[in-house]
Amino acid sequence: MSGPDGSGTSKGVGGLHGNLDAMPAISVRQVTKVFGTGPGSVTALDSVSIDIQRNEFFTLLGPSGCGKTTLLRLIAGFDHPTSGRIDLEGSDISYLPPFKRPVNTVFQSYALFPHMSVAENIGFGLKMLGKPVSEIEAEVDAMLKLVKMEAMRDRSTAQISGGQQQRVALARALAPKPKVLLLDEPLSALDLKLRKEMQIELKRLQNETGITFVFVTHDQEEALTMSDRIAVMNAGQVLQVGSPRDIYDHPSRRFVADFIGDTNFMDADLVSVAKSAANKASLKLASGKKIAASLPEGDVATGPVTAVVRPEHATLTKPKPSSDLTGTLENVVYFGTDTHYHVALASGGKFTVRMQNARDQAGGFETGDKVGIDIDAGATQLLRD
Amino acid sequence: MTDTAAVSQPPTTSGADAGVAARRKDVRNRWLLASPALTVIFFAALGPLLIMLVYSFLQKGAYGGVVWSFSTDGWFNVFLKRDIFDDTLGFADGHLSIFWRSLKLSLGTTILALLFGFPTAYYIATRPANLRPVFLFLITIPFWTNLLIRTFAIMEVIRNEGVVNTLLMSLGVISTPIQMLYTDFAIMVGMLYVYLPLMVLPLYASMERLDFRLVEAGYDLYATRLGVLRRIIVPMVKPGIIAGSILVFVPSLGAYVTPRVLGGGKNMMLGNLIELQFGQGRNWPLGAALSITLLVIVMVALLFYVRNASKSGVKSHG
Amino acid sequence: MADIPAKRFSIKRQTGFGFVALCCFVLLYTPILILVFYSFNAGTSIAIWEGFSWRWYEAAWQNERVLEASITSLKVASSAAFLATICATLAALATTRTEPYRGITAIYAAINQPLMVPEIVTAVALLIFFAMIKIYTGYQGLAYLIIAHTAFCIPFAYLPIRARLENMDLSLERAAADLYAGPWQTFRHVTLPLMAPGILAGAMLAFVISLDDVVITEFVKSGGQDTLPTYMLGQLRRIITPEINAISTVFLAISVAVVTVFFLLNRKGSSAS
Repeated sequence: MSGPDGSGTSKGVGGLHGNLDAMPAISVRQVTKVFGTGPGSVTALDSVSIDIQRNEFFTLLGPSGCGKTTLLRLIAGFDHPTSGRIDLEGSDISYLPPFKRPVNTVFQSYALFPHMSVAENIGFGLKMLGKPVSEIEAEVDAMLKLVKMEAMRDRSTAQISGGQQQRVALARALAPKPKVLLLDEPLSALDLKLRKEMQIELKRLQNETGITFVFVTHDQEEALTMSDRIAVMNAGQVLQVGSPRDIYDHPSRRFVADFIGDTNFMDADLVSVAKSAANKASLKLASGKKIAASLPEGDVATGPVTAVVRPEHATLTKPKPSSDLTGTLENVVYFGTDTHYHVALASGGKFTVRMQNARDQAGGFETGDKVGIDIDAGATQLLRD
Repeated sequence: MTDTAAVSQPPTTSGADAGVAARRKDVRNRWLLASPALTVIFFAALGPLLIMLVYSFLQKGAYGGVVWSFSTDGWFNVFLKRDIFDDTLGFADGHLSIFWRSLKLSLGTTILALLFGFPTAYYIATRPANLRPVFLFLITIPFWTNLLIRTFAIMEVIRNEGVVNTLLMSLGVISTPIQMLYTDFAIMVGMLYVYLPLMVLPLYASMERLDFRLVEAGYDLYATRLGVLRRIIVPMVKPGIIAGSILVFVPSLGAYVTPRVLGGGKNMMLGNLIELQFGQGRNWPLGAALSITLLVIVMVALLFYVRNASKSGVKSHG
Repeated sequence: MADIPAKRFSIKRQTGFGFVALCCFVLLYTPILILVFYSFNAGTSIAIWEGFSWRWYEAAWQNERVLEASITSLKVASSAAFLATICATLAALATTRTEPYRGITAIYAAINQPLMVPEIVTAVALLIFFAMIKIYTGYQGLAYLIIAHTAFCIPFAYLPIRARLENMDLSLERAAADLYAGPWQTFRHVTLPLMAPGILAGAMLAFVISLDDVVITEFVKSGGQDTLPTYMLGQLRRIITPEINAISTVFLAISVAVVTVFFLLNRKGSSAS
């Protein structure tokens, strides 16, 4: 599969024509990476193509082993593609060693040099680039200010906390002003509170520096809150690329719908497709009701399909003739801000409805009740697979 | 260059080939890095052994050295000897008794080292974690100090005019000094003294990892202290016992300095017998054959150790 | 051992083990302490105390053969330690942080070979080999000793360097490469400084091992050459005076000092990583 990158929905594409400004920061073209040879070989990336725009906060999201870190390492230059190519602002960098790429990495383990001070760590890249000492000093000071670590300038990296090490690692990678900053699960070692803090901090740094960020994570919430665009990966393939809202509201693949958030999967019949009318299709549910649904990109043939509805995009009611679905309430789970209602559908299968709790008021539904479900208009999304 | 142009260009190099080539280059560089060490070891350790193997099949020279013609006399003389008068064959009982003494003393040393080393290692392993390195350091210090000096220290203690005899005589316990120096006993004490750390260290390493919850379980199931020791602790630290025993046995078998200093001229071990062939004996082929025999015995013991170590996943402490 | 109340049950305790451990330490240290003690004896005996004196240290200091042997020892040990450390450092770089490659086991075996062969066997093999070379070249100098010592010092220098390298975080070098350091710069600014404690430890071990060697030196040395240990070995046949004790004491002090520094260095290194 090539290029499901939904360039229509992505931001930051400036001109109407493919001029220099519109050229992607990183362009990954049909990159395949195979580890090992012969029967024991593992395909970590399977013909992956992605365009990452300039000044974008781009996230590679997927479970461990999906190939996201491999892709990041290929962009950084720690490894090279088996086939395909990677362009940085239009020039091929596929086989360039890491020290010749204007791309810097924030490592998962931070990888701060233990034999150097905070300032020496931050200045290392500039020193290797042969910058004059005065310039390095000035840049180090500016970076320390940027990450609010001025007081720690001459500390050893062993004497500072995990959160501070994180900031130093960021400053070190930003100091040489890379065209692209790669972040390999940089927040995974921090506790929850620090992680939230650093998420905001990272967004701020990206806004202030205007550098393209490529962020790798397996945490969907982190991806949704921070990214401009997300590429969801599984088993060496990019399944969907889009804005967080796109990905959440309009998942096009079963894996994407399942991996991000809670989802109700429904078997249905695709009755008719009206491409002209904003990609809407008419869908017949197992209950016999007909509803409108959004189509994914690409072609979907009429016939049996799977549709998804987020639990918060449906409402529980008393059973009535107009209900989209009916069933028996099996279980009620109270979550504080909302309540989850697990319904066994009359047409077979299960459906979960999530509703906000009003103050001092029970939901009014009890286990064993016969209930109806109303699906919000436009909340149903068809899957490609 | 435009966006579309970049997309339509095919990949420049085949990544698979590049990967294989890079790997090959890496392996070549690694061999290059190892080559100085390999060269030195080949010329000053491994290579000479091969030459010695050749020498063991040559004829001995009249004044030491060899005559370059093939002969199995060297090997023949390891265990057998030809009577100079009637040309009959007999066992080289001199050699055999030295083999026997070497084996006996090495085994004795190993057993003594185990008897002393096991409780010591256990004692250290059951100290608080911050004290253990200090105890270990005290065990290792003698190991890193000069072997000759340590042997000499033992010699000073047990010789006729030494501290032990002087003390005993001044206390009136004995009237004439006990002859301890230049006996098998002296050699064994010396070797025990010199190689004891080699027993304690691997024993300690396996005891440190001992799971004392199993010991608790043993007591819970009515085992006595001795029962716990015999049925739980000893079986669990068996790899350490084997490692320590071989690390003591192997150098004991090849000992040279200790028997030379403490055994005097007559209580020889294999090492001294070998030296004799290259010195007064002037029989280099026999010396070479004896050396290779010793080497083979040691290698068999080490192989046993390596197999045991890899089976139980214990790291070597040599 | 004694501070445990008789009634309290300790699962770790084994009767008599503390006593044996005590015996062990006494056995290990008493002879050395006696040796050191009598080096200060004013009399000529190494068993009868006649008062404190530095006379044997002075005698040793003025003994030209002792001085000469000491200088030879230092020359050989420092050269061998230097060469062995370089070889071991390169070999450690060659054998760590890699997937197994063809021949890596052979390299391991070769590097550790001097540890496995009994010293006396290596010694006579070198005697044979160097005798051949001496006949061909006529050279009788210290190079034989230095190369022989280098060979058996390599595995000792190799151990701490390799341990250090294996514990090193690979991502540090990746980070350096990411920050525009080429392979050589990465090695100079990151790998080498991080390896340094291991290299220092390896060099110190090699130095002590070379300094202590008796057997191989005894067989390899040319006529008239003596290191301190072979000189002492020769002296043991004669009437022993506390002069030997004095030399031994100085020797011991050097070894203990080096090993102590090594121990502290290692401890610091392991707690840092």
